[in-house]
Order: sequence, then structure tokens, then C-alpha cells
Amino acid sequence: MAPKLPPHHPVEQSTSAVAGGNAAAHPEPPRGILRWLLTTNHKEIGSLYLIFSLIMFFIGGIFALVVRAELFQPGMSLIRPEFFNQMTTMHGLIMVFAAVMPAFTGLANWMIPLQIGAPDMALPRLNNFSFWLLPVAFILLLSTLLMPGGGPNFGWTFYAPLSTTYAPPSTTFFILSLHIAGISSILGAINIVATILNMRAPGMRMMDMPLFVWTWLITAFLLIAVMPVLAGVITMMLMDINFGTHFFNAAGGGDPVLFQHLFWFFGHPEVYIMILPAFGIVSAIIPTFARKPLFGYASMVYATASIAILSFLVWAHHMFVVGLPLAAELFFMYTTMLIAVPTGVKVFNWITTLFRGSISFEPPMLFALAFVVLFTIGGLSGVMLAIAPADFQYHDTYFVVAHFHYVLVPGAVFAIMAGVYYWLPKWTGHYPNVKLAQWHFWLSVVGVNLTFFPMHFSGLAGMPRRIPDYALQFADFNLVSSLGSFLFGASQLVFVAVVILCVRGGEKAPAKAWEGAVDLEWSVPSPAPLHTFETPPTFQRQQH
Amino acid sequence: MTDSNQPNPGVRRTVVRSVAALVGMFAFAFALVPLYDVFCRVTGLNGKVDTTAQALVHEEVDDSRFVNVQFITRNGSGLPWNLEVETRQVRLHPGQTAEVDFAFHNASDEGTWGRAVPSVSPSSATRHLRKMSCFCFEEQHLKAGERLELPLVFQLARDLPADVNTVTLVYTLYPVTRDDPSLQARATAGKGDEA
Repeated sequence: MAPKLPPHHPVEQSTSAVAGGNAAAHPEPPRGILRWLLTTNHKEIGSLYLIFSLIMFFIGGIFALVVRAELFQPGMSLIRPEFFNQMTTMHGLIMVFAAVMPAFTGLANWMIPLQIGAPDMALPRLNNFSFWLLPVAFILLLSTLLMPGGGPNFGWTFYAPLSTTYAPPSTTFFILSLHIAGISSILGAINIVATILNMRAPGMRMMDMPLFVWTWLITAFLLIAVMPVLAGVITMMLMDINFGTHFFNAAGGGDPVLFQHLFWFFGHPEVYIMILPAFGIVSAIIPTFARKPLFGYASMVYATASIAILSFLVWAHHMFVVGLPLAAELFFMYTTMLIAVPTGVKVFNWITTLFRGSISFEPPMLFALAFVVLFTIGGLSGVMLAIAPADFQYHDTYFVVAHFHYVLVPGAVFAIMAGVYYWLPKWTGHYPNVKLAQWHFWLSVVGVNLTFFPMHFSGLAGMPRRIPDYALQFADFNLVSSLGSFLFGASQLVFVAVVILCVRGGEKAPAKAWEGAVDLEWSVPSPAPLHTFETPPTFQRQQH
Repeated sequence: MTDSNQPNPGVRRTVVRSVAALVGMFAFAFALVPLYDVFCRVTGLNGKVDTTAQALVHEEVDDSRFVNVQFITRNGSGLPWNLEVETRQVRLHPGQTAEVDFAFHNASDEGTWGRAVPSVSPSSATRHLRKMSCFCFEEQHLKAGERLELPLVFQLARDLPADVNTVTLVYTLYPVTRDDPSLQARATAGKGDEA
């Protein structure tokens, strides 16, 4: 089924008079590198976040390809097992903390002020600081790979005592870099909450906010609640390693299982931090290209809030096999399954929005539709994993790897890409090249499914994760996964090409770049001038 | 750039509250450590047992059933000791008192401190186990090549759940670092270099 070409939009020239705003009121920004180091403008900081995230996406991707190359065939062929462990660990850490989270923060920086009619973020200087902490954190993290003993090799979940008693000496640097990245996320979250609660256009109530703003508000609360717990856990690790404490060391009366409880008390809300903003993006794109208002706006808001609250009550489903009492296994099994209800509400609302809509298949819509289908596959394998007795078989197999990659790659990452395609006309003033975007989409969809779908089968058949070699019967599945991963990785180069071409030129976009788009960001010219909404816009309520 | 010079009172309030929540959650993470410990001890979950001596309770022996009590001894990392038990399993009635001897042996040519950390399985039995005397209550010092026999005196309460037929007591040896807290850090660094 070939997607239709997008309809041609009448080109409205964005007038430079409006675009200029009252630029005269602002001092000339410094030129060259200082401009980017010192900028307090939400759009420039948003772009910095997005570019940083893209670079890290490629670095984390290369680590994944090293892993897949080693797993291409059985036997130890390319790298040593110690290095394999560092690659799986760094891939996870970079993708979670340096690619997905900063990408969402970048989109929030760019779009939240535009969507609520604010001139900038509430705390612009703090915003600059939050961003520039990130390169520091991740250069430090990546540098551990070159240190004696190598980088972190204990998995992205860094279970103690593997990450304390048995860890490489570079672990202290890993802890410091995670602290810095955590401070960056927390400051970003505070800024977003302060912006959303205090700087909405006059007349915009909470229940008038676009869903991307709502989902980010809830995500920011999650960040404020759980990032300090992560900071606490890694501080305890630091003390265990360097100051002779025994938080997680059984020899001194500590408890390794306590580490897992604390980590997953952070870790499970963290996985929703990586998916809730994606729900917001998809909830903006589907109504635009179905040319219908979003079905069930209020239920979307309540579903998001329910998911966030439930995320604090399910952490031990990651630890079914540590020897929990039966009552706890049942409790965490049922609360986990309960999350399927609000998530189901969301999927239902998206499908109902599509129902009898005038759908067209522009690049953002392609990614959003793929998100709905493929994220749901990941959600369903999540329900399978929630079944405590079944989890004893699935635990630490490739089935788990398949599950969380389905929710994170065609889930979070596809939603980010959908958002980028959706808002690129607003950022650059040009439409992205449709032919190339379609190539990118179809290659990515094929690549992602070739990579991760066979992992369901190898996992169910018992292939353990995080092991550099495997039994011969898994050879075919791994061959397909590796080929798919290289296809997926290479097709992201097309994405970079689309973005660069779009920045440099292309079909001009009017202020309202998509026919069905309604939110406030489409009332400012394309490309959005450096300063927007210096006088608050009048908010026109649409009927939901 | 636009409004940082004229702070918005609403923004200030939001930031103050967020920072308060932040500090609260950081403190909560540390508070969870003792809370978890207390929770485990109260419920007996996770095999955690009281490491203080309890009084012997004279109650009628329930000779209607037997319970197997198994002993497992093992060595955690880094202590050149052996821990042996005179018998791997005893069979007794709930309410009955038993004494089992454990032998510590320092196989190295250096005197060291160590301790045996206890654990009980299943956790539903934890609260019904009374230890009147146990080597695990204290740290031990063994001279080079020394052999030391120490007793465990315990009792299973009569109200032990009916579905518990076997109770396993595990003792894991760990080194105790005395007067030299940097020892562990150095050991860790040394391990990493080999990797």
C-alpha cells in the first residue's frame, strides 16, 4: 500500500515584519560559539537539545551495532566478552539518558512555549545551564571506555554488588556523570513545570492545553519525584565503593535486593518518562492528519495521570524472581496489568479519532500510525511479562529485550521522529523532502521489525540476554536480527539527510503548515522567529 | 532574556515547591534503607533474622509433626576461612530445643576478623525461629590456622505455619574490615584492573 502524496498547501509568505517581532528591543546576540554557549532562547536551546540527542542516538546506535555484529553468528568472532558487556551497558545508558530523554526535553523547549503562547521558558538562564550539563555528563561517561579496566560493564540497570564490589575502577566516573545528567533532567523538569503552570496565554485553562503540554507536565512531575531517588541510589553506590559503607553489601549487613527495589522505584517511572511525551506527540499528529478533533481529550489527560500514578506501584514486576513472597508477586502482577487499562483507553482514542476521518499520509502521520501499531505490540508483550508465573520463564531472556525495544524504538523513537517531521516546517520554514522521508519511514519500519520481532522467538526459546555468545539453535533468529539492525541503523542516515536538506531549503511552508493543525504554534510564522508571543496571544477555545 | 529580570511570583512559588519535593524525595530514598530493614524484620521477608539472642520459651513440644531443619554454610568473597557444621540436617518437633555445633577454621597464615551472616528460608518461618545463642550474633577473630567450635541453640515455635516442613538456615562467611575502611576500596580497584 503506497502512501498518498501530501496535498499541496497554498504557500503563504511569512511576513518578515511579523517574523522580526520587536527585535530592536533586544541587544545583538553574541556571534559564533559564544552565541550557543550563552543563549537563553528556548528555540535555540531546543535545537541544541535535539542536535545533541541526534548525535548521541548515533553513538548509542553504533554501540548497538557492535553488539549485533558480534551476535551475527554464534561463537566469539569480533570482540572480547568484557568489551561486549561494556557495549550493551553503554548502549542502554546513552540511549536512555542521552538520546531519548534529551530529545523529548528539546521538543518541550521548542514547542511548549509556542503551544501555550508564552514568550520563552520561565527560567531561561537555568534552561541554558540544564542543557550544557549534558555534554559534560556524557563526554565524561564516554571517556570511561578509555580508562584502565574499561567503562561500565554491568548493564544499564547497574545492579549492586556487580556495580560496586565487582565493578571496574571507572565506576566512580559513571556515577558522577549520571549525577550531572540527573541534575540536568531535574532542572529541565522544574523549568517546564514553572512554564506550564504560570505562563499560559490568558484564557487558556489547564484543560485547554494541547496534550503534548499535558503529557510533559505529568512527565516533569515524574522526573522531580524519581530522579532524586536515582541520585540517592548512586550516592549509596559511591559510598559503598569509596567510603566503606555497606548499603548493598551483605558482608556488612547490607542487602543487594534493596538496590533492586530502590533502582526500580526510580526505573519504572523512568520508562513512563520516556513514553508519556510520545503519547502527547501522537495525540497532536493523529487529529491533524485525520482532520478531526482528538476523540476523548479529557480521558486522554486522566489516562496519562493514571499511568503516572500507577507507575509508582509496579516496580517489583522487574524483580519477580528475587524471591518475593506470593502476596507481593500477586500485588505487583495485578497493578501492572491495571496499567493496560489507561493505555488501552489511549489506543482506543487514537483509533476512534482515525475512524471516519479524512486521513492523509504525510511523513509525520506515517510515523504516528506505525507508533500506534508497534507500540501496542510492545504493550501486549508487556502484559505477558506482567504474568508473574510466566515471567519466571521470560525473565532475562531476549523476550524482555524484544518487549522494551518495541516500546522504546518504534514507540518513543518513532514518536520523536514523527514530532520532528511534524514541526520541521515550523522550525525551518520548509517542508521535509517527502520522497526521502518515505524512504526513511519504510526502511525504518522494515528494519525495526526485522531486528526486534525475531527476538520474541529466541527469547521464548530461552536465549538469555547480555551474553556475547549463544547456542546454535538461535543462529537464524540472530542472523535476521543483525541484518535488520544494520538496515535500521543505515536508514537513520536518510533521516539526517532529510533534516539537513530541510534546514537548507525545500518547499516553503506557511504559518499553518498542516491543513488540519489547530494549536497555537501554527499561528506564528514559519520559520518561527527568534522571539514569539512577546504580547500574549488571545486564546480561542476549540470545542473538544 | 525577556523576563528573568522581573521574577514572576508564580514561577518563584512553583520553583520553591519543586525544590522542596526534590529534597524530600532525595531524603526519602535514604529513609527507605532503614524502612526496608525494619519492614523485612517485622514481616520476616527476605530471610532477615534478628541477630540478638532471644529467651528460651518453655512450651509444650508439638510431637504431632516433624520439621526438617537444614544447614547450609558458604563462603562469601575474600575470607580464607571454612565453616563446617556437624550435621547437615536435624529433624525435630516444633517447640523442641536443639543445639548444633559449627566449626570455624582459618586456613590462612594470618589472623583475621570475619562474621557469618544468617538467612532463613522460607521467609514465612523467619518469625517462628528463636535463636537463644548463635555465633552469628558476633564477629569472630581467628588466629592463623585456628579452629573454633561454636554452638547454635535454637527452637522453632509451636505456631510455625503448618505448610512449613523444611526450614533452611544459611550462614555466609564475610570478612570484617576493622580499622581499615580503605581496604575494600583497594580490593575493588585491584579487581577492575584485571578485567
